[in-house]
Amino acid sequence: MTEFIIIMLVKMIVIFGAVMGTMTYITLAERKILGYMQIRPGPNRVGPWGLLQPIADGIKLFLKEDIIPDHASKAVFVIAPAMALIPAVMTIAVVPFGPEMTVFGRKVTAYMADVNIGLLYIFSVSSMGVYGIVLAGWASESKYSLLGGLRSSAQMISYELSMGFAVVGVLMMSQSLSMVKIIEAQKGVWFIIPQFFGFVIYIIAAIAELNRTPFDLPEGESELVSGYFTEYSSMKYAMFMLAEYINIITVSGIVTTLYLGGWHSFFIPLPPLVWFMIKLLAVVFFMIWVRATYPRFRYDQLMTFGWKVLLPASILNILFTPLFMKIFGYL
Amino acid sequence: MIKALAEGLSVTLKHMFKKRNTVQYPEQRREYSPRFRGRHKLNRHEDGSEKCVGCYLCAVVCPSKCIELQAAENENGKRYAEWYEIQMGRCIFCGFCVEACPVEALDMTPFYEMSCYSREGLIYEKKDLLVPMPEKKEVGSK
Repeated sequence: MTEFIIIMLVKMIVIFGAVMGTMTYITLAERKILGYMQIRPGPNRVGPWGLLQPIADGIKLFLKEDIIPDHASKAVFVIAPAMALIPAVMTIAVVPFGPEMTVFGRKVTAYMADVNIGLLYIFSVSSMGVYGIVLAGWASESKYSLLGGLRSSAQMISYELSMGFAVVGVLMMSQSLSMVKIIEAQKGVWFIIPQFFGFVIYIIAAIAELNRTPFDLPEGESELVSGYFTEYSSMKYAMFMLAEYINIITVSGIVTTLYLGGWHSFFIPLPPLVWFMIKLLAVVFFMIWVRATYPRFRYDQLMTFGWKVLLPASILNILFTPLFMKIFGYL
Repeated sequence: MIKALAEGLSVTLKHMFKKRNTVQYPEQRREYSPRFRGRHKLNRHEDGSEKCVGCYLCAVVCPSKCIELQAAENENGKRYAEWYEIQMGRCIFCGFCVEACPVEALDMTPFYEMSCYSREGLIYEKKDLLVPMPEKKEVGSK
């Protein structure tokens, strides 16, 4: 029992630390890649190649004055960033970074837990992140924040549907909600091939869920200053950013698990953990790439696209998946 | 539509590997042409005497009225500028003063780093303008 607790604690620290580390450097990678794609060098002043930039940013945010607006509803204003961050961190628990392996003679899994309802858990917990955003928008007592929060919640709810429906195809093929079983079901063919349609729908909906370009209108600078966290400063602001980037990692992890074959290797035999990270970072790169490329949607276009294109497409995917499975002998 | 989206992605990906044009300013500087309109200078004759004859044409033509001077005569009866001041804070570097000068006494240099910490530092006097020009105006020299 004590051994179990110690192993769990160590895993907790290692996974949390690794995710936080990756997250800080994803912020740098994003700025660097955006810079390169816009033919400029990106941050390169702090440390060689700008490698100390995330640390400098962190210190800067820590030392900033923490402002709470006079008219803000104080308790909610303070709780909101935590409500955005906690679900983001909670979802990491079921992201399977690697299979069972032997460390110091003990069999250890590279994920916190293999819950038999893993995917459902991720969906339910991550959708709680909307509360943080809505409450932040409401408690700030600023019209920009309120509008940003409203837009964000409307967007997240509409895209959550197509996201959930897109995943059903994968569930049919893997016959399980457990993240580990889903990866094991992809031993032969990754689900990106039979479920390509679902993959495209999922990644579009995921980018919309993350409020990233081209769906980043909850924080559209030109009309809403910076959306629901307009009034936030210092560490509270940093917590929203943390939540955002941790969500990017989680979503990339889910895409890797569901469609890109998780830790299964592709021609080059590398440790499963490395393969998982390569795929995860490739998805992150794709999201940054998309951000560098496309302009922002208009609000009505966003809603039309979500409800009239993505949702019917995901329902069609559910209808055609069993047909496909019957033809190719999965059933 | 899908083709257009893919084209967009390929454009940004190609740009990622292009040569970047950024000039890393304090370490790297751009070469400006000798005709660049930067900080002014007051020329001298070959014998070292000042070319300026204090005709006020530069002060008159200046659109932002940033040139002020006082003409005087020296012991040989030759006119010269007793004092000559350019308020760099107001100057728009149009070069009209240089064009107006009948004796080619006023010129512009490619030197453009003139920032300083006080307004006084932006008032350039004769000693800051006459060749040989000091590297940087001493702040608070007034």
